[in-house]
Amino acid sequence: MTDKPVKGVKRFFVTGNEVVAWAALAAEADIMYGYPITPQNEIMHYWTRLAPKYGRKFLQTEDEISAGFTTCGGVLSGARAFTATAGPGNTLMQEAMSMAEMMSIPTVVAVMQRGGPSTATVIYSQQEVTMTCFGGNGEGLRIVYSTGSHQELYDYTIKAFNTAWKYRIPTFILGDGYQAKMREPVIMYDPAEKGINMVPTEKILGAPGMPGVDRDPQHLQNTYNTEEELYEVVNQLVERYWKAAPEIVEHEEFQCQDAETIIVAHGVVTRAAQAAVDELRAQGKKVGHFRPITLRPFPKEAMKKAIQNAKEIIVVESAQGQLDKIVKSEIYEAKVPITGYFRPGMGITAEEIVEFINQRG
Amino acid sequence: MALVPNMPQVWRQETKPHKFCPGCGHGLVLKTLGECIDELGIQDRVIFGCDIGCSLLSYDFFNVDTVQTHHGRTTPVLTGIKRARPDRICIAYMGDGGGYAIGSQHLVNAASRNEKITVLLANNCNYGMTGGQMAPTTLPGMKTETSPYGRDVEQTGNPTQGPEMVAAITPENAYVARGTIANLRQLKRMIKKALETQINGVGFSFVEALSACPTNWRTNAKDTWHFVEKEMTQYFKVGEKKVPPEKEEQ
Repeated sequence: MTDKPVKGVKRFFVTGNEVVAWAALAAEADIMYGYPITPQNEIMHYWTRLAPKYGRKFLQTEDEISAGFTTCGGVLSGARAFTATAGPGNTLMQEAMSMAEMMSIPTVVAVMQRGGPSTATVIYSQQEVTMTCFGGNGEGLRIVYSTGSHQELYDYTIKAFNTAWKYRIPTFILGDGYQAKMREPVIMYDPAEKGINMVPTEKILGAPGMPGVDRDPQHLQNTYNTEEELYEVVNQLVERYWKAAPEIVEHEEFQCQDAETIIVAHGVVTRAAQAAVDELRAQGKKVGHFRPITLRPFPKEAMKKAIQNAKEIIVVESAQGQLDKIVKSEIYEAKVPITGYFRPGMGITAEEIVEFINQRG
Repeated sequence: MALVPNMPQVWRQETKPHKFCPGCGHGLVLKTLGECIDELGIQDRVIFGCDIGCSLLSYDFFNVDTVQTHHGRTTPVLTGIKRARPDRICIAYMGDGGGYAIGSQHLVNAASRNEKITVLLANNCNYGMTGGQMAPTTLPGMKTETSPYGRDVEQTGNPTQGPEMVAAITPENAYVARGTIANLRQLKRMIKKALETQINGVGFSFVEALSACPTNWRTNAKDTWHFVEKEMTQYFKVGEKKVPPEKEEQ
């Protein structure tokens, strides 16, 4: 038995990509399949340096289609397998993720969002929200954690493996180029020391015994002949998903109780939103902030409660209304006016948010 | 009492008769594969993967763990399994569209990396399940739904030479061959060698089997056989293209 990669509890000052690699090691991930794309490359760089020391594996594939499908294969064989991607790579990976959705394959994917559409920038955006939540030809039966700090990258990468394997739902850690590339303090720990037990994996294919003799063979299909057959399968998937959803949803609230204006933001933008709330409160304005951590499933009930007394909602995001679209569909009944502050592919500061809200009077 | 032909032990009786069209070559290729699995005694170690297209109809064919994937993606799925669990015998089954068109990057790169998997590809010169469109392997002048006046090689190129390509890009210890349903004993020797190459952990193994599609070819039994034996072999030369050292067929 090789040593545990992370022992005890230690403080580091590192990039987010490095954090994800360490977290995957700490989470006992067996294998990473990956293809280079900025800004997620260093996840692979650190993994390839560290993995052999702890008996873990890596395969560099020919493209993200292959990275997605090899990850599906690894998971089916019972490995805690993951991959990482961004932008156009995320686009290619959606094909495999729709198979994961259909066949309940607990894949884990770290996405470090870059500018879009197309090749765009290698820097930063929040423009992969729609694709990560609803990509592929499917029904969005995924779990998407939108992280806002290096600590969360560590915590939620570990959690993603457990959520994926517990519920058998493909799970994403949705970061971005800022989180990927910047350095900040993070506390790394051995999950066991925090009472986090890794959910055991299962050899979905290749379990012990002679198939057809000791046990039935696994015949996994994603093709169906009739509408009724497919309908039944999808209904089961949908039912299972929404049954699990209340246990999965996560959010944070900042001074929402008496807030007249509520800023809704996710990912790294929550930091600007939190600072904006402090500043606007200091100016005597009743402003709060609601932050969904799971973008899919969305913490709908929590948000409805949080906005009970609100007179307006401001959705702030580094995209042209991708979170906005989700918010509007989730709280349709609320009748609170929603305004967007959209900066596709641009970073957002607290000052901008303060100015935007103050200009509205 | 009617005589029942011997079928491989690994065949799943509950799913027979199989789902392929009468006269289709898939059943013959799969029967041959089944015999090899029996003789090598690897049933409990095999993971079988099938593509989209007619090959997907083999998803419940054998008493072995099976995954049906997307078009062209069987190679990476089986590669992923093999990398995670090298003790499994991973067989990727596909048609010529899956291997040479939509999944060609996966075939090329799995071959280049010398992945220790076996790719078994049925070449029937067209896209069968979607209704008989032109494939990379469609013969020059051959009529299909998307080449109704015959394949024009000036516009669409010549038939893909799969095993020749794979042989050119694999290292010496790979096994590459083209067999045919017209010679099942030879095809069986090839598939067996391919599987042995994987079992011995020496390299990538690839067998293309010339197959038949009477439904889309619109041929009767006699013409089907003529096409497989006489027409296809003008472009697709049957034989071993690469054999791991000291294992050449006598």
